[in-house]
Amino acid sequence: MIGIVNYGLGNVQAIANIYKRLNIEAVIASSPDELLTADRIILPGVGAFDWAMKRLNESGMKDTLNELVVGKGKPILGICVGMQMMAKRSEEGCLEGLGWFNAEVCRFSKESGGRKVFLPHMGWNDVVPRSTDGLFKNLGVDARFYFLHSYYFLPADQDHVLAVTDYNGPYASAVRSGNVFGTQFHPEKSHQWGIQLLKNFTET
Amino acid sequence: MLRSRIIPCLLVKNRGLVKTVNFANPKYVGDPINAVKIFNEKEVDELIVLNIDASVQNKEPDYGMIKNLAAECRMPLCYGGGVKTLEHVERIISLGVEKVALSSVVVSNPQIITRAAEVVGSQSIVVVLDVKKAGRSGKYEVWIHNAGKSTRQSPIDLAKLAENLGAGEVVINSIDNDGVMNGYDLDLINKIREAISLPMTVMGGAGSLKDIAELIQSFGIIGAAAGSLFVFKGVHRAVLINYPSRAEKDALANQCHLMS
Repeated sequence: MIGIVNYGLGNVQAIANIYKRLNIEAVIASSPDELLTADRIILPGVGAFDWAMKRLNESGMKDTLNELVVGKGKPILGICVGMQMMAKRSEEGCLEGLGWFNAEVCRFSKESGGRKVFLPHMGWNDVVPRSTDGLFKNLGVDARFYFLHSYYFLPADQDHVLAVTDYNGPYASAVRSGNVFGTQFHPEKSHQWGIQLLKNFTET
Repeated sequence: MLRSRIIPCLLVKNRGLVKTVNFANPKYVGDPINAVKIFNEKEVDELIVLNIDASVQNKEPDYGMIKNLAAECRMPLCYGGGVKTLEHVERIISLGVEKVALSSVVVSNPQIITRAAEVVGSQSIVVVLDVKKAGRSGKYEVWIHNAGKSTRQSPIDLAKLAENLGAGEVVINSIDNDGVMNGYDLDLINKIREAISLPMTVMGGAGSLKDIAELIQSFGIIGAAAGSLFVFKGVHRAVLINYPSRAEKDALANQCHLMS
């Protein structure tokens, strides 16, 4: 059973619809009890760091998440700001992150090599995985995903980088530490590639 | 590498999908949810949905319709029309929409843009500027309320203002070229592109994929939005939802490599 954390932001319905079409059981979890039924968890997200952390803190599910992810080792996939919340802190806000990665979230630089950089990073871009196994299997050579962000995840441990994307220089577009996964891009909005990745998550 | 986005824009009035010419004479075209379902199958890059009578009628955003659209939509969605307050923005984003478009507030209440960008992040705040050439002078002006009222301000000034206020994207919509299908206003686009460092999307005038190719060739990474092109087909403008195939899109995207 996939538990999609419903803490008031992120496209939970789009993710639920994808799992429904794949005939994979999923529940939109709006309470600790509902979350406890999950074997794997998705933490979606659209929005700024503090707004998201505040909503997660107020959702009543943060302790349960820590219990399941850190305590019981249940696999979890964080999406966009959902992934960023897994860091210790973000330059975008003041609140503390979940701290599941020894990482910070930093703002992209506004210029690169003397040229203006358009921010946010917006649109379809290539994702180069470190391995075409696990989360990134069966994606084909032209895999692309949708990105919408002005801040990027910077892990202290390079071994946590699962995939790299180039936007005026390479950065970690997917990360993994044991049972904890994160994608900066939106698989729920990335058509067949996203659907494949969300399916892969249920098999890792 | 990052690709240009090719974006259908759906205009909605009374929950029905409509098409206009020069922002006038809305013609009913179908059900927006059906259009979204078809665009899902065609693996569209992104979708813009604008409610054209919300601002004029001072109506609240139609949250019921927005929720249905967001649940159905498998690509990133930008919703606009009648968005005036921070509460509107937060509520729309919470319904599963990636971006919210603001238009008249850029002149009537610009601090809302800054506040909204602080709360939900600038990546989700889009400022849409509807632009028309002023009669005799031929200078571009921004209009609001569905081309009902001129702000008398230049789109370059308002685009820069939007960037300074914290918006994450600017959409330039040419009223003069709306529905006419005779090409984008490249001159207008160039003026704005030089003035700001935000992602930009342009709308109004696309009549064929060649127009989109020309746009991408001229500007590199840009959002190419279109209404009529993806909703009508043929000389007699029969209603047929359509969109380029992945191969056609990759060919269009490659146009921008000719620039770099």
